[in-house]
Amino acid sequence: MARVVVDVMPKPEILDPQGQAVANALPRLGFTGVAEVRQGKRFELEVDDSVDDATLARIADGLLANPVIEQWTVRRVDA
Amino acid sequence: MSELASESSAQGARIGVVTFPGSLDDSDTARAVGLVDAEPVGLWHGDADLRGVDAVILPGGFSYGDYLRAGAIARFAPVMGEVVAAARRGMPVLGICNGFQVLCEAGLLPGALTRNESLHFVCRDEWLRVEHTATAWTSRFGDGAEILVPIKHMDGCYVADQSTVDELNGEGRVVFRYLDNPNGSRADIAGITDPTGRVVGLMPHPEHATDALTGPSDDGLGMFLSVLDHLVAA
Repeated sequence: MARVVVDVMPKPEILDPQGQAVANALPRLGFTGVAEVRQGKRFELEVDDSVDDATLARIADGLLANPVIEQWTVRRVDA
Repeated sequence: MSELASESSAQGARIGVVTFPGSLDDSDTARAVGLVDAEPVGLWHGDADLRGVDAVILPGGFSYGDYLRAGAIARFAPVMGEVVAAARRGMPVLGICNGFQVLCEAGLLPGALTRNESLHFVCRDEWLRVEHTATAWTSRFGDGAEILVPIKHMDGCYVADQSTVDELNGEGRVVFRYLDNPNGSRADIAGITDPTGRVVGLMPHPEHATDALTGPSDDGLGMFLSVLDHLVAA
């Protein structure tokens, strides 16, 4: 088994109102110096060693992310 | 529009309404189909069977809890394989609200619906301008007609890359535009069509605007009457 992390983020050109709301809240809490926040999703998958990178790419591109509005990265990590 | 209702010309037309787990507006949609003297046919998400219907409507709601993204899981329901195949063969398909989100996720319509720019759920009556009347679902409206239809959604902000928005505008495929954009949608887009004019999706709810007793107008009936005209002519 291997642990696979898929990070899904809104494309840079897509407005991210949730990230903006977080960014706007930070100064109210006294945190300064944060210029921008983008909010995305992280998926952790436990997969058999037989699952190859091409299959993981299809999982990320076909379901976990909507490529119209999001970009994704897949990486295998030590469990 | 009641005088139009009495003229509906495709009695016996069978319009399928899909129920997903989490669909909310399937019964209102079926009722609207009945109001124009067509036969509503319930379709089940788990059955890869359209039961011989002449057109399909994907109703509003929160299919599969909108987990992952609105419409993302519903797109893989067994019935959706049949809907996509039928749409490619020319069957009229309408997606309302969550149904619009499902059609985008399924690739039958371009773009995507994202969180409202305000981050608030918006529930109110909304004026729309009908910009494209040469579709299977809008032929009963006059060009530029303004209609009053309810909206109620959290993820209604229509986005697509600029070239897609330019293409939709250039080809006249924006079917409805908001007069007072409630959600941040690009180019005030409330509804669009595919290049054939048979697959239409919109965020507002025509099925909730069928009777002045229960809605802000009966303007929504025009969509259900339009598809009957299309089926008779086809």
